[in-house]
Amino acid sequence: MIKNFIKNAGWPRIIIALFLLALFITAPFVGVNVFTSFNNTVVRFGMNGIMVLAMIPMVQAGCGLNFGLPLGIIAGLLGATLSIELNTEILAKLAELGEQYKISWLTQEFLTTYREPIGFASAIIIAIPVAAVLGWLYGKLLNRVKGDEMMIATYVGFSSVSFMCIAWLLLPYKHPTMVWGYAGRGLRTTISVEGYWLHVLNDWLALKFEDTVKIGDKVLDVNLAIPTGMLIFFAIIAFIVWIFMRTKTGTAMTAVGSNPEFARASGVNVDKMRTISVVMSTILGAIGIIVYEQSFGFIQLYMGPFYMALPAVASILLGGASVNKATILNVIIGTFLFQGILTMTPTVFNSVFQTDMSEVIRLIVSNGMILYALTRKVRA
Amino acid sequence: MIRKLFDIIANNAVPAVFIIISAFAIPLSGFSASYLVQELLTRIGRNSFLILSLLIPIMAGMGLNFGMVLGAMAGQIGLLLICDWGIVGIPGMVLACLIGTPIAIVLGIFCGHILNRAKGREMVTSYILGFFINGVYQMVVLYLMGWIIPITNPNLLLSRGYGVRNAVSLSGIRAVLDNLIPTIITNPEGAKQFLNINGSGSFLLLQLPFFDGAIRLPLATFIIIALFCVFIIWFRKTKLGQDMRAIGQSQSVADSAGIPVNRTRIIAIVISTVLACYGQIIYLQNMGTLNTYNSHDQAGMFSIAALLIGGASVSKATITNVFVGVVLFHLMFIVAPMAGKNLIGEAQIGEYFRVFVSYGIIAIALVLHAWKRNREREAARRSLRGNKGGNA
Repeated sequence: MIKNFIKNAGWPRIIIALFLLALFITAPFVGVNVFTSFNNTVVRFGMNGIMVLAMIPMVQAGCGLNFGLPLGIIAGLLGATLSIELNTEILAKLAELGEQYKISWLTQEFLTTYREPIGFASAIIIAIPVAAVLGWLYGKLLNRVKGDEMMIATYVGFSSVSFMCIAWLLLPYKHPTMVWGYAGRGLRTTISVEGYWLHVLNDWLALKFEDTVKIGDKVLDVNLAIPTGMLIFFAIIAFIVWIFMRTKTGTAMTAVGSNPEFARASGVNVDKMRTISVVMSTILGAIGIIVYEQSFGFIQLYMGPFYMALPAVASILLGGASVNKATILNVIIGTFLFQGILTMTPTVFNSVFQTDMSEVIRLIVSNGMILYALTRKVRA
Repeated sequence: MIRKLFDIIANNAVPAVFIIISAFAIPLSGFSASYLVQELLTRIGRNSFLILSLLIPIMAGMGLNFGMVLGAMAGQIGLLLICDWGIVGIPGMVLACLIGTPIAIVLGIFCGHILNRAKGREMVTSYILGFFINGVYQMVVLYLMGWIIPITNPNLLLSRGYGVRNAVSLSGIRAVLDNLIPTIITNPEGAKQFLNINGSGSFLLLQLPFFDGAIRLPLATFIIIALFCVFIIWFRKTKLGQDMRAIGQSQSVADSAGIPVNRTRIIAIVISTVLACYGQIIYLQNMGTLNTYNSHDQAGMFSIAALLIGGASVSKATITNVFVGVVLFHLMFIVAPMAGKNLIGEAQIGEYFRVFVSYGIIAIALVLHAWKRNREREAARRSLRGNKGGNA
């Protein structure tokens, strides 16, 4: 029984899960506030969840792990920056539309009250078509290089990020909060979204507790802020993906991933399914980064998205996915475990060893997990 | 005939594009010829060995060895230790190599075993392996050094008492190999001036008429690189080299011919890792400073990009590719920031441009390789079916 379980789950996963468990058990004894840590884990889960979700379509369609996630992230960054740049224009246009078509609820008052959610929505609405176009091209490319998708995806991601570095400098953005003050052009490396859509999802329906709990002779402050809105948003997107994977297209996609020859014999257009999966992955990546930013508070440009694919890839693998099979449950478990480790290690290690080993542990855990998955035999 | 010409151009498209870019960028940058030649010679000496270490795994059909960073890390550990022990000069370098070798061999064997479990996706696996070992390396250097591994030199350690600083000065071995046989190239006029200032005897003076300026030539480094090239040419002809080439052609055929495929692949990676270790030591003796946590990362990416720019592909790379690549890549490296500054008024653009080109070129080379391989595979299947020209 236990042997079977170990075989199914794989050693690395069990070791990492036990490690996390050990961290949570040790935490109270070394003076770490478990409640705060848990809260942070939940917040980080919400921040990263959708980017991990972006792995599912491509894995299912047999395109491998999406190391090209930065491409989707770039679309998201374009959406985010444009939503700030065009914020006033968008609001004015909406007001104009409201007047023109006599939409009773679309008043100036409505626009002022919901300025932030509108900004957030406009970021996503701008990002999706960009992601769709980039994803379509990227999908076409990956169809021509079957068997080498992962390596090429990595370098497509890298080169698009470094290409955008040039673009961020040259694109004619004008908004004073985004461009460098002295030159008057070129976007800054980090842009604050405060005053635009900072925490729009985090604060929506957020549950806040403030209390003290007595454990033994210690009094712990419990200061929880559960980002309900962000979790609901994640749940909605996850549900959409779940439904999609059960539609005719979704099933065909899974068939392509499981056995392309068989899928082709039953009349499925393999290349088309693969392209759709890549487009979906890219769009999810774009939405994912915008959700991440509204919680984080900053848009990170230039080399910011460079290594963002690795944590997402590691998360889904940690959750039990393999190179060609992934489910929503894998995403949820994996993101929770991975983000749990990221939040717990710095605090616990800091208290025990007075040093922060979290970076090293993150490197070893995430890449060890990816290595493990890559060296598994896959049924051909 | 035209077809042949087309083939030649198609096969050398990447170097050709780079020659064209350089042709525009060099005048824009405004650098003098002697400055460029000096920089190029320095960089050829600095980087060639690292790039050459990539050739053997390619020969064995394992693609670009992104795992060469493992060797680079082994070399850096050797360098850190000799820095701590205060051993300088050539003995220091040799000792660093001696310390690095066993570490590189162990890492190479580990890497080889992993890659044997991931046949068909060696590149992405070796790439991730680089990150993984980087984590282990950071653990060793940042936490164990000065704690379990004794490091006594306070200049190396962080103020907290353990862990190595981010930047380590390698002043003890700086340029010792480059200057082992000090050589200056200049014109007869310059030679006369030079002798007047420095006296005779200590320098090897090469006189070239019509040559403007004076250039230092890292002769000893070049000799080592040349010896290494000879080694590779010889190695290709040995039994082991032939085995590797056979495996590179077809693993199953090699296997049925009685070649121990897995073992030979491991040997190829071990050789590459050990050579990358030496390459990194040569590289760092020229630089003179060690970025403890970054140097090895860049070594991998820049070496691979340079090799591909030289016209190599994932399955075929020659010594010529190495040298063409190192010249073209570093030419762009030198001129791009200045050209960017003079063209758009911002050096940062040139900086980003060269990063973009390094990644872009690797992406394009990988795409072309996979594309070609898939088309060949398709063609082979079609011919088996005896259905020429049909498409299903």
